[in-house]
Amino acid sequence: MRSVNLNFFYSQFQALHDINLEIESNKITALIGPSGCGKSTFLRTLNRINETIRGANYTGEILLDGVSVLSQDVTSLRRRVGMVFQKSNPFPKSIFDNIAYGPKVNGMTAKADLEVTVERSLRRSALWEEVKDKLQKPASALSGGQQQRLCIARAMAVEPEVLLLDEPCSALDPIATLKIEELLFSIKDSTTIVIVTHNMQQAARVADKTGFFMLGKLVEFDRTETIFKNPSKKETEDYVTGRFG
Amino acid sequence: MTMSPRTRWRYAVNNVMLTLTALCTISTISILFFILGYLVVNGISSFDLAFFTQLPKAPGESGGGMANAIIGSALMVGLASLIGIPVGFLGGIYLAEYDGGWFSNAVRYAADLLNGIPSIVLGIVAWNLLVVPMKSFSAWAGGVALSLILIPIIVRSTEQFLRAVPNSLREGALALGANKATTTLTVIVPAARRGILTGIILGVARIAGETAPLLFTSLNNQFWTTSLGQPTASLPVMIFTHAISPYDDWHRQAWAAGLVLLTIVLLANITARFVVSRNVG
Repeated sequence: MRSVNLNFFYSQFQALHDINLEIESNKITALIGPSGCGKSTFLRTLNRINETIRGANYTGEILLDGVSVLSQDVTSLRRRVGMVFQKSNPFPKSIFDNIAYGPKVNGMTAKADLEVTVERSLRRSALWEEVKDKLQKPASALSGGQQQRLCIARAMAVEPEVLLLDEPCSALDPIATLKIEELLFSIKDSTTIVIVTHNMQQAARVADKTGFFMLGKLVEFDRTETIFKNPSKKETEDYVTGRFG
Repeated sequence: MTMSPRTRWRYAVNNVMLTLTALCTISTISILFFILGYLVVNGISSFDLAFFTQLPKAPGESGGGMANAIIGSALMVGLASLIGIPVGFLGGIYLAEYDGGWFSNAVRYAADLLNGIPSIVLGIVAWNLLVVPMKSFSAWAGGVALSLILIPIIVRSTEQFLRAVPNSLREGALALGANKATTTLTVIVPAARRGILTGIILGVARIAGETAPLLFTSLNNQFWTTSLGQPTASLPVMIFTHAISPYDDWHRQAWAAGLVLLTIVLLANITARFVVSRNVG
């Protein structure tokens, strides 16, 4: 997945300036930067969820396997590019129905197929053992960390090629965070992952490549080790060493 | 411990305000209980099985009932619901989920205006639209008149409860590849279903007690209604005609009808409260 000369506007305000970024398949890419730098906006253009905001507008191109995402049907694009949000957002339905929702809206109807998919998704998200006896209970009864893993399982149930995560651990404690990071490692063999995070240690722990955003521009994009140990730009060094941000 | 004059003044003000608010609360509740009690005292003697099964008796004869008015009311409220619930519900979805700028604002404003129009005016409108061309008072016209009251109530309550659903749920469903219509029908409406249902129950209870729009449209009928094209009895109009009559028997019947109507509306309100207070599952 690749963005080419991407400019993004909220009405008159330009939130992204000329972003060129190549997201490598089956790797974890982290996007870091101070609040309001555009990293979440960038993430939300990749599955075109930003289109739901009135006045949103962009120029440039985003390519998925070389094909423009703008020219694709938006619902099939979002099936291929899944998303997990900052605040866990389980639907007010049972655990089972939450996971089965994506496959259902994408045309899976047979109960047996849905059961297999739900179990597989929950197992991959390491949630199966915790919820297997209460699949019909409301998802809201789960703890915060479990809810977020449920949302990841829900996104994984449609088997997306790319999974976008928008600060998925910002409301979670260190143990729940660790579980989600382990989960990301376990799915990266089959899924390309892009994670926006405020937590630089998290980026250093999980990401193969890291992009540093500031004021709507991509300042630097490189291997994670390089970004943290030997950045080429002064702004990046200042940010990752905690001099500001 | 001695209190300073300032502290004593604060305590005094506090006590006066507490007394005032308590008096206002008591007077509000006591009006409801006064009405209930008054209806029970005056209407209970006519409140018997015959009231629910028999036709009204001519003046001078005691006994009889208002079965035709109960059925008539149910018919017209049912008709109004058949028109008003789908239109109001879908209109509410449009306003909340498909905000189309100036047009949505115009619809919203129109719904609020319609809500504020005196119900007797809506009765005249239905009279002009249906009674005049059909050359007959009818249950159709009564149902349409009531639906004009019901639609804006349901539009606005549905919109309000849909708007209260967090946006994160919309994005969550869209991000899984659901389109807008699927998202609305399978996630957003179910998330708001209790609120929407409550709005519908309260709206229907409200039109069950409306009198003015029926005076010009369904008129009244001392006998059973055999077709929706006929003048049709209803509890509110029956209360009106019986109450202004000079006969004591009819007055008692009117009290009993008031008691029945109030009981129905109270039950609807309690049901609505029960629906909304249960935890979201």
